[in-house]
Amino acid sequence: MRIVVASGKGGTGKTTVATSLARVAAERDRVRFLDCDVEAPNAALFLHPVLDSHREVGIRVPRVDADACTYCGRCAEVCQFNAIAVVGQKTLVFDDLCHGCGSCTWNCPEQAISEQLAVTGVIDSGQTAEGIAFAQGVMNVGQTMGVPILRELKQWTAAPPPVGHDLRGRALEIRDAPPGASCPVVETMRGADFVLLVTEPTPFGLHDLKQVVAIARELGLPAGVVINRDGIGDDAVAAYCAESDLPILLRIPMERRIAEAIASGQPLVEAEPRYRPEFQTLLEHIVAGVNA
Amino acid sequence: MKLAISIAGQSLDSPFDARFGRAESFCLVDTDTGAWTTHANPAQSASGGAGVQAAQFVAKLGAQAVVSGAYGPKAYDTLSAANIQRLLAPGKDACSAADILASFTAGQLIPADGASHGGHHGG
Ligand code: SF4
Ligand code: SF4
Repeated sequence: MRIVVASGKGGTGKTTVATSLARVAAERDRVRFLDCDVEAPNAALFLHPVLDSHREVGIRVPRVDADACTYCGRCAEVCQFNAIAVVGQKTLVFDDLCHGCGSCTWNCPEQAISEQLAVTGVIDSGQTAEGIAFAQGVMNVGQTMGVPILRELKQWTAAPPPVGHDLRGRALEIRDAPPGASCPVVETMRGADFVLLVTEPTPFGLHDLKQVVAIARELGLPAGVVINRDGIGDDAVAAYCAESDLPILLRIPMERRIAEAIASGQPLVEAEPRYRPEFQTLLEHIVAGVNA
Repeated sequence: MKLAISIAGQSLDSPFDARFGRAESFCLVDTDTGAWTTHANPAQSASGGAGVQAAQFVAKLGAQAVVSGAYGPKAYDTLSAANIQRLLAPGKDACSAADILASFTAGQLIPADGASHGGHHGG
């Protein structure tokens, strides 16, 4: 089962919740954790995996064989992104416009196009001391398209456990979503089973929460809410959740010690072990809710 | 020769549009006979790569030179691959395609040459 932890904006404590959930789950289940914030991954700081594998990923961009090309213009016609141009006896490819969709290659009547990997980022993976299989996508500087890396990241499979190692518990995947409500968030949620939304009880929190809820609903995914820094702000988030049929699964109060732990990059359950049972209950609620 | 001018409208009297990729349309003038036609720019609402698409469009129209206010690097590369001369007209004074044509005939338009934005790909 795949759980996405998302929040409309950064700094709501999303990563501390996602990593706490992973730590608690790993006590009994097989957990894989994907840090999907490819622009600024930071879950590794909380979980301390040993990242011993690095794989370059990217999109497949077209290269035209000038000897085979008849300059018919078909490739340029089918490209929705204007990434390939045919003028006179020349073809031009603009890698930074290309989405790697393969249409041009597929449609070329002369089979004059081959594809070449244009590296846009890297997937780092490894394991944590608790046995959590961990992977993160890191986008190269200057790259603007995070979605291709996310697709690769979602397909990443951890090395199988050594022979004799017991396959205990359930297989759980936790995806730490990027902040915001744009394409990478949609891609992170696609194919998931549940979306856990972390928010703050403030007007800003509510505004961003609504946007992410809209995406989850669009994808038909069940969702639940964690209210962080409970006690600041107002009751508008709780009221919205009640009227939108969104269960509030956990409230984390505004306390200085918690805020400091989060700021220093610790999963909440590590900084404040008294939250372990709460996260165990949260996890079981999610699993039960999905299987209901 | 055939000259394409980026315009906002459908005639030789339409105002000059200083944008190239997102121009509303192009006025194609035969500078020898003065005959002209206008063509809606299919790239005007392209989500990306408007310059590339517009450049291919004017190449298909058979233009040998274009006049606009500015060229993005990809439009510039595509036009230059098509051997189309890129001319600049200042967009600040309101003027019509006819005025641009007059400036062209008088040899007053500057070629957009300084812009060299990397090489070509793909042969
Ligand atoms: S479709 Fe193939 S043959 Fe036609 S212009 Fe493109 S690369 Fe050349
Ligand atoms: S792979 Fe797709 S986006 Fe890239 S040039 Fe070909 S058709 Fe265009």
